[in-house]
Amino acid sequence: MRRLFLRWFTHRSRVPRPLRAMLALALGAAWLVGLAAPSSPAQTASTPANGSAAPTKTPLSPGAGNPTKSFPDSPALRAQGFTLYQSSCSSCHGIAAQGTPGVAPSLRGVGPGPVDFYLSTGRMPLEQPREEPLRNAPAFTRTQIDALIAYISSFGGPAAPTANPANGNLAVGFGQFTLHCAGCHQIVARGGITVNAQAPDLQEATPQQLAEAVRMGPYLMPHFDANQIDQHQLDSIARYVLWTRHPYNRGGWGIYNIGPIPEGMVAWFIGLAALVIVARLIGERTDEPV
Amino acid sequence: MSSDDHRTVSRLARMLGGLVAVRAAFRAARSKQVPPPPPQESDVDPRKRVVPSNRRTEGLVALLLVVAALFAFAFTVVYVVLSANTQLLGIAIGGALLLLAAACIVAGKFVVPQETAVEERGPLLDEEQTKEVVGMIEAGGEGISRRTMLVGAGGVASAALLTAAATPLASLGPTLHSLHETPWARGVRLVDDNGRPYLASKIQTGSFYTALPEGKDPEAFGAGLLVVRLPAEFIHLPAARNDWAPDGILAYSKICPHAGCAISLYRYPTYAPTSQEPAFTCPCHYSTFLPGEGGRVVFGPAGRALPQLPLMVDAEGYLRAAAAFHEDIGPSWWGVHRSQS
Amino acid sequence: MNPLERYAHRRFERASRGAEERLGAWAGIKWAMRYVFPDHWSFLLGEIALYSFIVLVATGIYLTLYYVPSDSQVVYHGSYPLLYGQQMSEAYRSVLNLSLTVPAGLLFRQVHHWAADVFIAAIVLHLMRIFFTGAYRKPRDLNYFIGLTMLMLAILEGFAGYSLGDDLLSGMGLAIAYSVAMSIPFVGGQLATLIWGGPFPGSDSFLARLEIVHVLLIPVGLAVLITFHLAIIMRQHHSQFPGPGRRERNVVGTPMWPAYALRSIGLLLAVAGVLFLLGGLIQINPIWQWGPYHPYLSENGAQPDWYIGWLIGALRLMPNWELVIAGRTVIPNPFWGGAAFPLLVFGVLFAWPAIERRITGDIRRHDLLDRPRDRPIRTAIGAAFLSWVVIVFAVGSTDRIFYRLGVSYTTQIHVWRVGIWVIPIVIFFMTRSACRSLQLSGAHPLRAWQGNVIRRRQDGTLEVVAPSPDQIAPKPTEPPVGTVPGREFED
Repeated sequence: MRRLFLRWFTHRSRVPRPLRAMLALALGAAWLVGLAAPSSPAQTASTPANGSAAPTKTPLSPGAGNPTKSFPDSPALRAQGFTLYQSSCSSCHGIAAQGTPGVAPSLRGVGPGPVDFYLSTGRMPLEQPREEPLRNAPAFTRTQIDALIAYISSFGGPAAPTANPANGNLAVGFGQFTLHCAGCHQIVARGGITVNAQAPDLQEATPQQLAEAVRMGPYLMPHFDANQIDQHQLDSIARYVLWTRHPYNRGGWGIYNIGPIPEGMVAWFIGLAALVIVARLIGERTDEPV
Repeated sequence: MSSDDHRTVSRLARMLGGLVAVRAAFRAARSKQVPPPPPQESDVDPRKRVVPSNRRTEGLVALLLVVAALFAFAFTVVYVVLSANTQLLGIAIGGALLLLAAACIVAGKFVVPQETAVEERGPLLDEEQTKEVVGMIEAGGEGISRRTMLVGAGGVASAALLTAAATPLASLGPTLHSLHETPWARGVRLVDDNGRPYLASKIQTGSFYTALPEGKDPEAFGAGLLVVRLPAEFIHLPAARNDWAPDGILAYSKICPHAGCAISLYRYPTYAPTSQEPAFTCPCHYSTFLPGEGGRVVFGPAGRALPQLPLMVDAEGYLRAAAAFHEDIGPSWWGVHRSQS
Repeated sequence: MNPLERYAHRRFERASRGAEERLGAWAGIKWAMRYVFPDHWSFLLGEIALYSFIVLVATGIYLTLYYVPSDSQVVYHGSYPLLYGQQMSEAYRSVLNLSLTVPAGLLFRQVHHWAADVFIAAIVLHLMRIFFTGAYRKPRDLNYFIGLTMLMLAILEGFAGYSLGDDLLSGMGLAIAYSVAMSIPFVGGQLATLIWGGPFPGSDSFLARLEIVHVLLIPVGLAVLITFHLAIIMRQHHSQFPGPGRRERNVVGTPMWPAYALRSIGLLLAVAGVLFLLGGLIQINPIWQWGPYHPYLSENGAQPDWYIGWLIGALRLMPNWELVIAGRTVIPNPFWGGAAFPLLVFGVLFAWPAIERRITGDIRRHDLLDRPRDRPIRTAIGAAFLSWVVIVFAVGSTDRIFYRLGVSYTTQIHVWRVGIWVIPIVIFFMTRSACRSLQLSGAHPLRAWQGNVIRRRQDGTLEVVAPSPDQIAPKPTEPPVGTVPGREFED
């Protein structure tokens, strides 16, 4: 038995080496492509495709007595918005903003907040309805966005929330962010993932966009009403998120503030690498051994 | 296993089969290449001694030592005068140490005599000594006739002593009963992290809430709860749990039954037909649970569903636990009470 | 000699005689001074680990003077505004205080943590050198086992150390460690509650016990094992690569005094210097950023330190198998990735000298090392096994890969569940192939190359100017120094 095993173990093949290596690589690549190509589809919703275009969740109001953001409004603006809407949005959201079942939700009654959020962060227009909306360069100028806001707001809906970081408290913001937000967005808002979507880093988010996102819950994000996160807490969260752009790195270079992964890379590729170089300077190298 | 895993397994089987077939083809064709023989002992005499005797290098060593001293002095200055700025401190002492290191290494390679010497290893195994040691040990038992009895008694004594030494370990830990307990029982009210109770009417669909037991220790493992409200089309609870979710409000343990992290990810679609259904996900290993289906696991390594807490709404509209958990929360273990429904 | 030198010489002689009268140690000191160290640079990797350990002990002593091992809840009123008024444990507050208020406190804390990461990295690199050169063969298998034990202890020690801070990141890690302990079949419940003094998060003496383990029990264990490790090396003499003058029964190298002692001290200072530079310039484990730990909190992207990363990869990769028999959970899921996987890896490492003896039938004593290329099968198996572990380790960061590159998380997990088995097979064949071709060409793997120098002519066509230097030099017809016929092992 052992002899057989030894012979198998130690035998050499006649096929040339480069060919064997290439074949092995090709097999591996083929397997990788085969397994990776049809990626597992996102879990399809258990809601029956009953032809409804109503959104599954709607934006929440800013709360009684809380400050709101008002956007410019005029008949001319609405008309401009209507024109822009027809060319950029109606193919998915319907010519009268009523939505298209199975493609895109109705925009009637969403109010100004979501429109401002999705357009100013460049998440809309979206190429494919099933794609995840990701931050991008905005497709419209500020005036055009205001026009679209004016048009969609004409269908009614809650006012847009707003946040003023100057009124917030950093300690309150840190605590609230840890409890409600860090699970997806990471403790210093460097972004993270869920299954199967990315939770963006918030380094480019403005306080207005933060407030809108909290109250509406874009895409798969949950939303939070004024009972759960009141205005002072919202201001504090906005203040904290702005603070995370320059976190307190008293220890030196923060290496992106995402924790032990970059730390391990530094330990191996800077610390240990430097010491191996020192070892090579100290030690001898004869020519035969490696 | 999910259908995804079935697909994966069958792909694996096909691929392994393919690899085996290809290797069998290769084995049919062999080449004969003679490898070079392994290392050999050399008869060259490697001894040498070189005395560098280089004043310039000695001066370099001295210079390195002096600059190192300056850096070390700078450490004290930074500590006292510059409010101990961490980066400057590190540069000062790190620089001093590295310069000292350089001085030692330069001295060790270019200043002191460089010698290549040879030492004999000497054998490790000396057959004579081994026999002698064994003999000496056995001679210590010369004249003893009731050897077996002594050895047996010695064995019993050692075992008893070891058991006695290990016994105090038992006092280090409590009983296992506490693993089944949580602060939740019928009537305990749900409050937020500031102690304010949750009104059922204020629970919004599409939001998620962390709840703690009123008047109990919030740091207990079983204390944290996730509370969500789902519209009826997402709720498919087993029949036995029909009354656990008043008004579509569901409560689950916040502690993942895989490895004990707090579940803090919740996805709720803006438009369900083009995205995914509501689900909790744990940030540690991404186990994903469906709150609408009793905490069923749809992805990830969690071996059992997320435990659900029956809820009720009291007369004033506040959320309270309707009963204790019907299963254990937290990670699985030998005696964990798994869900019956 | 000038008067100063004569004076120094006299004082030194007198001191030596005084010491010899009292201790009689000169024979031993002379043996130590003449002791020969082979000079190859890769033999210094173990020293890098040893000197990191010294830095760990020195900085660790400083840290114990400030740490408070108590989980009593207090309210923070210190200098860091984001935590003002927040509830936290006394332990966390003591580490905050050390990091943010005590002068040089953060420096020492960061040096200590970098030293731990580098310590274990150096051990792993050293282990790779030992494996690929066959240094674990008799008579050094005993020392190899001691080394593996030290690696296990070092990993536990590091985990215990950064868990003492009771911050959100390390608290999540402790919950996972608790779950892995619970998952041990049959006795997991007792074991976990024994260690934690109750269900998680444990009794109020848990942090104090953890501190004693980290500050006393494991460091003493490591120190004792290091002493044995070094003593055995000194007794057996260090191994060496074949080369001029080198034989199985001799050691060729530099004597301890004066050159090697100076170089070694230089390495110690270099290790300390690099670690202090890292500790001052690059931030590590900023506990104020994570906030205090509460069992009902967590954050995205939480990771353990690198040497535990292989376990998070394994835990994420495992399908959700739990073995339940008659209502009893015999094998909970975390057992596979958190306990079975590392035990398997260490089990294979411990068993390897015996496995190789069995396969090759070689039970002789070896003091001359192998170049990795001279044992293609061993090197290929080692590379394949290492790649298996490294891929599992890399899987631990698939969430960041999803975030950065957009490849969905679930897809990556499904791919790698198969990939961790296929890729090592490919690596095995590629490594064996590379070893054989290096044997034949005799070239240095990094410095030499094979091919042709070509040049583009004016008219755009290519011409061969010269074959590579390797091809110009004649292939060795007689074995170069360091080879012998007759004592070959096929492959």
